[in-house]
This record gives sequence, C-alpha cells and structure tokens, in this order.
Amino acid sequence: MKILVPVKRVLDYNVKARVKADGSGIDLANVKMSMNPFDEIALEEAIRIKEKGDAEEIIAVSIGVQQNQETLRTALAMGADRAILVVATDDVHNDIEPLTVANILAAITQKEGPSLILCGKQAIDNDFNATAQMLSAKLRWSQATFASEIDVEKDKVRVTREVDGGLQTIDAKIPAVVSVDLRLNEPRYASLPNIMKAKRKPLEEISPADLGVEMTQRLKVLETKEPGSREAGLILENIDQLVEKIQENVGG
Amino acid sequence: MKILVLAEINDGELAEDQTSKTVSAAATLGEVDVLCASNQCSDASKKITKMANVENVLVLEDDLFAQSLAESYSETLIDTIRSYSHIFAPSSSFGKNILPRIGGMLDAMVISDVSQVISEDTFERPVYAGNAIQTVQSTDKIKLISVRTSNFDSVPLTGNAITKKIDCATKNTLTTFVENKIQASDRPELTSAKVVVSGGRGVGSKENFEIIEGLADKLGAAVGASRAAVDSGFAPNDWQVGQTGKVVAPDLYVAVGISGAIQHLAGMKDSKVIVAINKDEEAPIFQVADFGLVDDLFKAVPEIEKKI
Ligand SMILES: Cc1cc2nc3c(=O)[nH]c(=O)nc-3n(C[C@H](O)[C@H](O)[C@H](O)COP(=O)(O)OP(=O)(O)OC[C@H]3O[C@@H](n4cnc5c(N)ncnc54)[C@H](O)[C@@H]3O)c2cc1C
Repeated sequence: MKILVPVKRVLDYNVKARVKADGSGIDLANVKMSMNPFDEIALEEAIRIKEKGDAEEIIAVSIGVQQNQETLRTALAMGADRAILVVATDDVHNDIEPLTVANILAAITQKEGPSLILCGKQAIDNDFNATAQMLSAKLRWSQATFASEIDVEKDKVRVTREVDGGLQTIDAKIPAVVSVDLRLNEPRYASLPNIMKAKRKPLEEISPADLGVEMTQRLKVLETKEPGSREAGLILENIDQLVEKIQENVGG
Repeated sequence: MKILVLAEINDGELAEDQTSKTVSAAATLGEVDVLCASNQCSDASKKITKMANVENVLVLEDDLFAQSLAESYSETLIDTIRSYSHIFAPSSSFGKNILPRIGGMLDAMVISDVSQVISEDTFERPVYAGNAIQTVQSTDKIKLISVRTSNFDSVPLTGNAITKKIDCATKNTLTTFVENKIQASDRPELTSAKVVVSGGRGVGSKENFEIIEGLADKLGAAVGASRAAVDSGFAPNDWQVGQTGKVVAPDLYVAVGISGAIQHLAGMKDSKVIVAINKDEEAPIFQVADFGLVDDLFKAVPEIEKKI
C-alpha cells in the first residue's frame, strides 16, 4: 500500500501573524515558515503505519511556492520516501484554496495510486478545515475526519474521531482519506543522519498544468483586518475582590 | 436566492443552540428551509418548525442519518442540496465534516467559520487563529457556509413552518458507524453556556481537575480545558477550547492555570468578561483578562468556591 501525505508550508505556529498595513493580507516576508503542525502529525502516522509493515511507500506532496521544497526536505528527513512539489504560484502571499488543492491532489492520486491519504485536519493559516473532505468527495472515497486513533486493517481503516460530544469510531473502506487531529501522535524530530540522507531522496517538481488542473480562485479576499482587540484589565488585590467580580458577572 | 440550513441532529437529538444560531445567521439573507435528517425526526422537526424565519422543514427519517456520517449527506442528498443557492451549517464537528464534502461534490468552495454575513456573496471569517479577520466574496453559484455560532444569537421561537417529508434513494456504502464514546453530563453545554470555567496544565492532574469542576458546578457553568490539559489526560477532548477545539463566548469565562497561548485565545477571546487566575503575573492571559488574580490556584479556587 502507498500512502500519500500532503504537507503545507505555513507561518510557524509560534510566530504571531501580522496584518499588513494596507489590509491586503498577512505579512509573510522574512518570517519563519514551517510545516503545518497537523500535517506533521499525518506524516508521523504514515511513517508508523509503514514501520508496522502495513505500507510500502510514503509520498509527501506540497503545493505552493518553490520554497515549499524545504518543507518537503523535512518530510523526507522524517521518513517520507519521495516527494512531489507542485509549484502553483511564485508569491507566498497567494494562498491556494482547498478546492484547488483537492483538484491537484486528486490528479496526483490518479497517477500515483495510493490507497490511503493522510491529511492534517486544518491548515493553521487559513483555518479552512476542508481539503481532506473535498479530496475524498472528488475521488468518491470514504472519509474519516479529525482522527485521534487509526487502525489499518485489510480492506478498511478503523478511525476514532474527535467530535463535539466526545469520540466516535467508524470504519472507512479503503481507499480512504483520513484527516488527523492533534492527539493522534507526537511527531518525531528528524535526526541529523536522516537530514543528510533526505538530500538524496527523490523530489520531483511539477506544475498544475502538468496535471491538467486549472488554477481557480472562488473566494476573492476583499480585505484582511485586525480583529477587535481586548485591553488588559485589572489585577485584583485579593480573593474577595475576585469573588465580587465573579458574582457581578454571573447571570448578568 | 434559496437558502437551506442543515440542522445538526445527533441520534435523534437536535443540537438546538447550534441549529438555531445557524438559522439566525442564514436569516440575515431571508427565509430559510431546514433539512432535518436523522433516524428519529419527530422531536427535532417539531422544535425546528417553531424557529422564526424557517419556511419549510424537510424531514428525512432514515437510519442512514443516525450518526451524521458525511457520505450519507453527500452521496444521497446532493440533488436536494443542489437546488439551493446557499447552504448553511454550524461550524461544529458535524458541519465541518459534511459541508466541505458537499463542496467537493458540487465543485464549490466552502466558506468556513463565518462570523458575519455581509451580503448574499460576502462574508467575514477569522483566519490565523483569529489574529486576522478576512472579508471574502464568493464567485461560486452555490455558496456553502459554516457558521461560527458563538457570533450569533438564537432565533426566537415564534415560527410556524411547514413540514415536508422527503426521501433519499442511494445508500452510504463507504463508511460504517462502530461506536460512540460520549459522556452524558448534567452541566450546560460548553458552546452555549453563560459561564465557563476552564483549567489548564497548571491544574496538574485529573484528580486536581475536580477543583475546576467544583467551582464550575457552584456557578452552574460548563467546564473547559486548554489543549495541554486535554493532552495530559486531565480532561476529555470535548472540553478543549481554542483554535482546534470549541469556540465559546460566554458572559463570563474563568481561566485557571492557563497561560493564554494564541491558540487558546482563539477560542475564548470573544467572551464578555474574562477572569484569569494564574500564579505567574507575566502570563499572557492577563493581557486579555478583564480581571486577574495572581495567586496559586490550589489556594484560590477552593476559597472562591467557598465564598460564592
Ligand atoms: C496547531 C496547534 C493547535 C493548538 N490548538 C489549541 C487549542 O485549540 N486550544 C488550546 O488551549 N491550545 C491549543 N494549542 C496549544 C497551545 O499552543 C498551548 O500549548 C496550550 O494552550 C497551553 O496550555 P496551558 O495554558 O494549559 O499550559 P501552559 O502554557 O503550560 O500554562 C500553564 C499555566 O499554568 C500556570 N500555573 C501553573 N501552576 C499553577 C498554580 N499552581 N496556580 C496558578 N497557576 C499555575 C502557569 O503559570 C502557566 O501560565 C495548539 C497548538 C498548536 C501547535
């Protein structure tokens, strides 16, 4: 079985996003970029599945700018076998919509023939939480979102999902698209020897046109602005004052 | 314009708050139809017919919908859905699971987590864990909108909608339900509670979390948690508040032993009043709190509980 893992290059989760003064978006010039944390978890899971002997090959895919190469090198160093870079734009500020990403991934899936696609449940920049679901619809595959446990069986994956009420377990027929949540695993760090080895692993570069996918954008971003901000309030002296404040605001 | 709202129903039970607030967001644009699909619909559909601004309730009673699997909706209902110009769903785990799949089927983008409906094609939504708000205009023929329900009020129960039974033909052969692990609780629901008391890593253990629960019960509050508290096993996953957990906006939010990471703030900074208890006066949570107490939680929280 082959596993496909899409990885997105995003503003590092420790860096505070700054809105550009002209309202055109978030400033991404000269800031630290990293692999989307959810995608790291998806990749880690794929590696564990392969280590258990349930998969033969892991293909990491990234869609975006040329520099996404770095994200793919990280993926290769963690344990992906090969990588595909889809250069879809030359401007890092141009976020590719989940629908287009799903179209590109569907085309790659036709070509590469994976039986399982593991995605992060959301990208921490646009927060859409949509690519996995759209991709599985495009492929007419089964979908299992927000996974906190994945068991690969013969012709199905058993997935425990984090839902609002607690946990839900479902069986998804293989081929399947699974989106992963935070508690699935803790991703490993790439070791130095593996980082060196990753430099020799294959990284193929293609364009959306090579896959016959048209780049469209359905949502026009009219404005990006700062959210309403909160002011720091009062530091109280003692517990009695706090009790008073709590009582004032309960049922108020 | 023809607007459809997907009612969230879990095993026959209507998620009333989520559904009503979604109707409220959709009703900014006009009267709506509501799809009520579940294994048991009589109770849920009765409640929905009373919601203001609802014109028709489409009732589809079939075991296929008991567990709200995405494929049940996308594979079987796509023709019904396609006849509308706007589809709204709550941006809960229910809506987030189903709506983008419908988007994939219809080749339409989903507009997730909408916090404001500006016009029939323009919406506001938070991005970057709420560090920016984007205004987006959709060019899709069918608009798929998931609603950040904490930003909307419920609709009044003054409606008198018409119920219409509908059928579906095909079946979901892709996924099957195995089991739910859902803890019943007498506490108010986290996303609609007027008061929320949340604990973080500072609480230290599952046993100690009873301090948080004790204060919550005294206040008639829901209990929340930071990711660190959930990851450490102090609290169940459905208590997590934040960018990847639940978004809450109660009248009062009490954060105990929570540092105030961006990802946590994303889920609670629209609360009316925020109270923070933390022993570290430098903790970022104090920058958003209306009232702060710099103290050891193990001393402060039991004393507060006693005095209230
Ligand atoms: C992709 C991604 C998504 C995330 N999503 C979320 C999310 O949805 N929700 C979320 O909460 N986090 C989320 N996080 C994690 C987030 O970045 C923080 O790590 C987390 O919120 C920290 O939780 P905490 O405040 O409980 O723990 P810490 O940051 O460790 O803070 C513990 C606090 O407790 C205080 N404390 C300790 N002992 C005491 C005591 N005895 N009395 C009083 N105070 C005490 C300390 O001073 C400290 O401020 C996410 C992270 C990533 C990367």
